[in-house]
Amino acid sequence: MSLSLSLNINGRPRAIDIDDPRITLLDLLRERLALTGAKKGCDRGQCGACTVLVDGRRINACLALAVSLDGAEVTTIEGLADGERLHPVQAAFIRHDGFQCGFCTPGQIMSAVGLLAEGHAGADPERIRELMSGNLCRCGAYRGITQAILDAHHALAGAAQEDAA
Amino acid sequence: MNRFDYIRPTSAAEAIGAAAQPGSAYLAAGTNLLDLMKAGVGRPERVVDITRLPGLDRIDWLADGGARIGALVRNSDLAHDAGIQCRFPAVAEALLSGASPQLRNAATVGGNLLQRTRCAYFFDTASACNRRAPGSGCDALQGENRLHAILGWSEHCIATHPSDLCVPLVALDAVVELEGPGGPREIALEALHRLPGATPERETLLGPGELITAIRLPPEGADLASHARYLKVRERTSYAFAVVSAFAGLELDGPTIRKARLALGGVAARPWRAREAEAALEGAAASPATFARAAELALAEARPSGDNAFKIELARRVLARALRDALAGTPRRLAALPASPFAPPTGASHAA
Repeated sequence: MSLSLSLNINGRPRAIDIDDPRITLLDLLRERLALTGAKKGCDRGQCGACTVLVDGRRINACLALAVSLDGAEVTTIEGLADGERLHPVQAAFIRHDGFQCGFCTPGQIMSAVGLLAEGHAGADPERIRELMSGNLCRCGAYRGITQAILDAHHALAGAAQEDAA
Repeated sequence: MNRFDYIRPTSAAEAIGAAAQPGSAYLAAGTNLLDLMKAGVGRPERVVDITRLPGLDRIDWLADGGARIGALVRNSDLAHDAGIQCRFPAVAEALLSGASPQLRNAATVGGNLLQRTRCAYFFDTASACNRRAPGSGCDALQGENRLHAILGWSEHCIATHPSDLCVPLVALDAVVELEGPGGPREIALEALHRLPGATPERETLLGPGELITAIRLPPEGADLASHARYLKVRERTSYAFAVVSAFAGLELDGPTIRKARLALGGVAARPWRAREAEAALEGAAASPATFARAAELALAEARPSGDNAFKIELARRVLARALRDALAGTPRRLAALPASPFAPPTGASHAA
């Protein structure tokens, strides 16, 4: 069964032919498009290492059939930085040491970007922790992750104010 | 995952025609179906992708004040809908207590209703499971069963329905709108899920090809809006299924309960409406003694299906506490940890 789909991935339109409808978005990204930032942790929606944005919303790429997302806009960790300039969430993760081994980090960062866009946590660390509960960190870097997201929240809010002024 | 044919219909009629064939499964977000397929538990020959069907992703407010929620509305969109939060706040509270933000962004309302049990023996194809493989037996009966059913179970199956959303919905008299080969029909959500009896593999009343198109919330549920709570006890505070959960909604006339709506989650193969307990509350004074009596009535028929007798007392306490919380009033803003008994006051927790 040959299937054609078009996706916009990190701002670039891609026409993709796949021969098997079983391919998940995660496998498409990693195995067909060489975008290995999103990680395959549990492959069952439990760990969040595969988190990407689809049409601006964070989802588990391991639990989405690629073919079903035909026409969607996908953002992965590879699409976050502006050239050499890191996204504010990436910079904040470095500043606050929001990782140890790094395996969960692309998913953590994409989830944090989604969280900040959703706008339900504000600067409340308890809400940030709750709304990051779909991302597990085996190394237990949660303290730095929460601080990084708080910091990025303030940085993005500050930038928005400057833009308004 | 087994091989399957992928079909993406553009009309409900086309979808129903395809899905009425044996071996078919509807696909919405796939957050449960793909998980089941990866485990080899779900093995559809034909996957009918309904995500492009028109008009199913909307919340419509009806002239009578009720809400019609399309089957493809995403959990997060429903939970953050201002009208839902205002008129049916416990629906939002229940939704936000379930799964993770990533899953809520994808998972749909129709899929939530039709999600399968998380019984570990159902998920493990090496285990005997009458629900997955009729007649094979039930390894849960002699297995790890402390989280299994305490109401409505049978010797053939002791699995529970895992939905949070369904618990307030069933108490609020939600109606499920269907379309099938024989045309449209509607049924009460309370009747959608079957108790296992001798045929646990027959999980719902849906016929072949029948498609959930919407859930309708009657306007009367909004009478409870200022006293409606969902409370969920889990083994960890976030991203976990309920051990026991409860919805309690009250309409008060001074100190007297004019109307009460109660349901339990995590206790049976369906969201469990507690009608006798509701009747005992209505007309009574809202008090701890009244709530305790209602909780007794709600669990009167409960019996352990294994190492889970604790769930009976837990369910009484969760229900009584949900009633106390409901009496205290619906909070203006949801707590940081939705539906958790351990939720600290917002902002008062330890620093990051």
